[in-house]
Amino acid sequence: MISDEAWRRLSELTPARIALGRTGSGLPTTEAMKFALAHAQARDAVHTPLDPAQLAAGLDDLGLAHLMVSSSAVSRHSYLLRPDLGRRLDASGRQAVSARRPTGGVDIALVIADGLSARAAHAHAIGMTAALIPYIQKNAWSLGPVAVVTQGRVAIGDEIGALLGARLALVMIGERPGLSSPDSLGLYLTFAPEPGRTDGERNCLSNIHGAGMSLEEAAFKAAWLMREAFSRRLTGVSLKDESGIFLPDGRGIDRPALPPSA
Amino acid sequence: MSYRHAIGTRAYVFEDMRTLLAKATPIRSGDQLAGLAAESAEESVAARMALADVPLTTFLNEMVVPYEEDEVTRLIMDSHDAAAFKPIASQTVGSFRDWLLSEEATTERLAAIAPGVTPEMAAAVSKLMRNQDLIAVARRCSVVTRFRNTIGLPGTMAVRLQPNHPADDLRGIAASIADGLAYGCGDAVIGINPVSDNMQVLADLLKMLDELISRLAIPTQGCVLTHVTSSVELINRGVPVDLVFQSVAGTEAANKSFGIDLAVLREGFEAGRALKRGTVGNNVMYFETGQGSALSAGAHHDVDQQTLEARAYAVCRAFEPLLVNTVVGFIGPEYLYDGKQIVRAGLEDHFCGKLMGVPLGCDICYTNHAEADQDDMDTLLTLLGAAGVNYIMGIPGADDVMLNYQSTSFHDQLYIREVLGLKRAPEFEAWLAAQGITGAGGRLIAPGQALQLLGPLAEIAQ
Repeated sequence: MISDEAWRRLSELTPARIALGRTGSGLPTTEAMKFALAHAQARDAVHTPLDPAQLAAGLDDLGLAHLMVSSSAVSRHSYLLRPDLGRRLDASGRQAVSARRPTGGVDIALVIADGLSARAAHAHAIGMTAALIPYIQKNAWSLGPVAVVTQGRVAIGDEIGALLGARLALVMIGERPGLSSPDSLGLYLTFAPEPGRTDGERNCLSNIHGAGMSLEEAAFKAAWLMREAFSRRLTGVSLKDESGIFLPDGRGIDRPALPPSA
Repeated sequence: MSYRHAIGTRAYVFEDMRTLLAKATPIRSGDQLAGLAAESAEESVAARMALADVPLTTFLNEMVVPYEEDEVTRLIMDSHDAAAFKPIASQTVGSFRDWLLSEEATTERLAAIAPGVTPEMAAAVSKLMRNQDLIAVARRCSVVTRFRNTIGLPGTMAVRLQPNHPADDLRGIAASIADGLAYGCGDAVIGINPVSDNMQVLADLLKMLDELISRLAIPTQGCVLTHVTSSVELINRGVPVDLVFQSVAGTEAANKSFGIDLAVLREGFEAGRALKRGTVGNNVMYFETGQGSALSAGAHHDVDQQTLEARAYAVCRAFEPLLVNTVVGFIGPEYLYDGKQIVRAGLEDHFCGKLMGVPLGCDICYTNHAEADQDDMDTLLTLLGAAGVNYIMGIPGADDVMLNYQSTSFHDQLYIREVLGLKRAPEFEAWLAAQGITGAGGRLIAPGQALQLLGPLAEIAQ
């Protein structure tokens, strides 16, 4: 049927679950089962543990110094019910980070954390870091040792950044797994990191994964935000992402969604 | 002042109002996280019994967050309508519950007292109510709002069409809009959560919504759910903005963590109003809330999360919103642990909002790290449908591929319309019929045929 063909074409434009068909008001059995499977896989992703050794190997390949630390949350259960613990290093982590503070501090503290999806950190954190390196070099920003955090939340970057004497913390973290994206990475920038920063004081790039924002685009935007953050000495709601205006190839700009009016 | 209640030989003492309210709250993980929850089941009931005896006037004298420190408290106190409060002024929290459940509390009387009900009063009485009480009273509260259609009329339920895309791709978003319209969704708003806060991307999304709504002459409104300051900036740049969105919370400090205060909201409200883009009304604000946001920002002042959520509705109420919804299970298991807690919170939020005269809808939802699933959403959807919720979300397959959580789907809204006989906003219902998307009895025609009727959206598939 022509109409089925049209819906098929539409469904190729988005990973969203459109054109599922219906039986009465309900989902057809095949779609109901697909949903159940995706939910099961997302549930499993939440409980997959971080593999710091894998990330350490990836950072070695990039020639970056690193250190492995844990938050104060001792288990996944405690991580899920006590976000405050996931925002603080444990005692040995605090000591380890302090010991690595470079004289005079650094420009950027890079942090990789499992967050709610270690799968996202495993899949994208090294690639994300690699995509950022050319911008870091070009701008001659100094980098502290990359901290890989088990059971970490976004705000743990504040403590790590402060301990390293960093001007800015850049946290790459597994976002809450969605049904269609159990491996989505988020990137958070906080100028002058220190414990007590609020979410309104951060900039965020989210949905970095295969079907979402590409690593290249995320790196471009992150670099733009960092340049602005350093020159304006802030991050957060007063720093709007205007990077797209300067995108050299015009990606994401002025693409008409609707065919022109007749 | 302190409150007490004796059970047998044991005297329970609650040192102040916020302690009393917190201990009286049905158990939830967020209050446990904050160290505010009752320590035993008996203590919780003792707190409820003590709370039942508290006169409503007490809430006008004892603040849970100090007046001097918090502009939300000042808003609540300074805008309290003493005349509206008068009919219930002599009641206690317990007798207020009895009155609300009685035949005395008609739709008209409930609407009349709404400006006299403070969030703390609403929260307090909700803590004495079972789920069926929350449903029975909310069902009698009617809050109707208008922009390009009429939302909240008895016997209707609207749907926000939520066509999010993980890269803000305009064609991908349009494809989801086509699917949603073919399912008869979108009367509350066609509302996009953008990934980006890039001004150019936001402007493109808004222009697309505007063009779509005007070319198809859909009696609805569009919204890109970005920060209120971005909406103001977009308005200044001449971009077509229907609704001004913002997430809000129940304390000044929590709002500060969102990068807003009442003055910033006022600016957004006035900028939106000035455009006069509504055709049947001028409710221009869209707010989202959710239990736990204040604690999450360390801005909870040792007040329980449900009371703070009701205070967020006082913030909303000041700006005559078109839409307000709690995003009930979005925040995660540290605040609402499982399906049972999410269901209870959804009913409390809806009840408190409606009692205060706020047009509550609900994003009936959960995340994959909570102990909940689609069965729990079916339960809450059915209960909120019975309670007369103003609107729910319609998301393709219930799976938001951008925000990474599950809500209610295009199919789910069909289910609840079928089971409870709920109609759409009348102007939108008439548009669907005129387009031929619905046939006899408001039933949907086949999706393939519907697509042909969606002009510019059908052309995307060419």
